[in-house]
Amino acid sequence: MSVIRTENLNYVYSQGTPFKKAAITDVNINIEKGDFIGIIGHTGSGKSTLVQHFNGLLKPTSGKVYFNEEDVLSDPKKLRELRFKVGLVFQYPEYQLFDETVESDIGFGPKNMGLSDDEISQRVLEAAKIVGLSEELLKKSPFDLSGGEKRRAALAGVLAMKPEVLVLDEPTAGLDPYGRDMILDQICEYRKQTGATVLLVSHSMEDVARVAEKVLVMNGGRVEMFDTVEKVFSRGDELSKIGLNVPHITQIFMKLKAKGVKVSEGVFTMDKAVNELIALFEKEGKNA
Amino acid sequence: MLRDVTFGQYFPMDSFIHKLDPRFKILLTFGLIIVAFVSFNFYSLGLVAAFAVLIMILSGVPVKFYLKSIKPILIFVLITAVLNIFYISGETLLVEFWIVKIYLEGIIRAAFVAVRIVLLIIISSALTYTTSPTSLTDAIENLLKPISKLGVDTHSFAMMMTIALRFIPTLIEETDKIMSAQKARGADMETGSLMQKIKAVLPILIPLLVSSFRRARELADAMECRCYHGGEGRTRLKVLHASYRDAIALISSFILLSLVILLNILF
Ligand SMILES: Nc1ncnc2c1ncn2[C@@H]1O[C@H](COP(=O)(O)OP(=O)(O)OP(=O)(O)O)[C@@H](O)[C@H]1O
Ligand SMILES: [Mg+2]
Repeated sequence: MSVIRTENLNYVYSQGTPFKKAAITDVNINIEKGDFIGIIGHTGSGKSTLVQHFNGLLKPTSGKVYFNEEDVLSDPKKLRELRFKVGLVFQYPEYQLFDETVESDIGFGPKNMGLSDDEISQRVLEAAKIVGLSEELLKKSPFDLSGGEKRRAALAGVLAMKPEVLVLDEPTAGLDPYGRDMILDQICEYRKQTGATVLLVSHSMEDVARVAEKVLVMNGGRVEMFDTVEKVFSRGDELSKIGLNVPHITQIFMKLKAKGVKVSEGVFTMDKAVNELIALFEKEGKNA
Repeated sequence: MLRDVTFGQYFPMDSFIHKLDPRFKILLTFGLIIVAFVSFNFYSLGLVAAFAVLIMILSGVPVKFYLKSIKPILIFVLITAVLNIFYISGETLLVEFWIVKIYLEGIIRAAFVAVRIVLLIIISSALTYTTSPTSLTDAIENLLKPISKLGVDTHSFAMMMTIALRFIPTLIEETDKIMSAQKARGADMETGSLMQKIKAVLPILIPLLVSSFRRARELADAMECRCYHGGEGRTRLKVLHASYRDAIALISSFILLSLVILLNILF
């Protein structure tokens, strides 16, 4: 069943001024319930603009966005409800922290939902647990946390609303490899617990290959490809034409194959690569 | 959207007016405004208006944007005009009812005042539309140089102005982003009592303040790292030069001024 569907979606910034700029053009996509979609594209290709339509923050210049087959703009009163169901984590979300304690900041969303105090603290604890923030940190001021902790607190602020669809705009930008893996694991953990649909905007092909099932490729405001990870990353040439790439490990395996080494195509993650190599050595070992 | 504000916005283009020396432009702007306010009859004011229209056309900025900058003060213009209509007395009585007397002189005076204010806006918008904020402050610093001899730190003043102007778009963008982020968490800024509305501003104001302080500190550090130490002995990448265009502008302004004086005397 489709959760989010767009129909001839167009968005133009600063419409009617000399600065007008078409950010997305003619986007028709259909996102199924439970999908884990990586959204990739060159900088300025319209990824952030696109995802801000899914929770009604941006109103289409023309075209329609449907959430559970209902036009998101049909009833302005329902817009707030939609924002609780489609949770959007912005790029560098740590800059939106404001409350006295981390706990109350994470509770901001649930409080806006009008939940009871018990329910709020329950959800704050759950969200904090998913992102690995200790109870001791919850009592601190958000401005006293480290950069990575702030990022996780901001993520928890959206997870605490228990959105059906979780949209993340470059959640790992500016983090070290460890912090990056941690955030990705936490997102996967949330999805496992709730069965949510996840959309992940990322510049890292490795991240997308590791966690996503489908990939949406944006180029110059248009959808270039929208398919499974395997299918998209097997079109390396086309990707590099629009300034993108396949994961490094895939590139290595493609080169190995070109040199006549008997490895399979479609190796996108380190785990798969290791397995593939072990299998290869075992086979070669038997032959020798 | 917040960022669609036009007043005081710079339009990067390549027109005759854009290329004028900003110092000249500032002086000419003041000169023109003064001329507009000393034009006492239809002929001289008409001439100034024609000149303003010429500037508008030469600037290459769509007329729509001049109209946009007039719009916010239209109410003010109307009120001033109406007051003038009712308060000025003269010889030619047009309408009289109850205690209100409207004279022809009042209407003429009102029209003059309205036209002058509109000209003032057009002329000053022409300056800000065609001059980038940095060259504007450069020019102001340059023009204020004589005062610095008296011990006033004009350089710091100009630098503060440059920085403030530089950060207006950044702050607008930042406000936009933070607002979107809080709205995404269901922040409600439109409904509720006054107290609730004030409270609803905090989630935007606090991150904005925090990031402004952070930016200010970073900027100060960055400037110090590049050995900024105030205006003394500082040279510029872009030295302001007067060109033949400025001469043309200056000469035509003088002709305008003489004509206005002449028309004022003649009629
Ligand atoms: N607020 C805005 N006003 C005007 N133009 C904008 C605005 N935001 C984005 N744009 C323009 O719209 C286009 C798409 O921007 P968008 O932010 O969606 O790109 P993106 O794919 O998210 O890029 P990045 O990977 O750098 O985040 C860009 O060309 C950008 O310059
Ligand atoms: Mg973006």
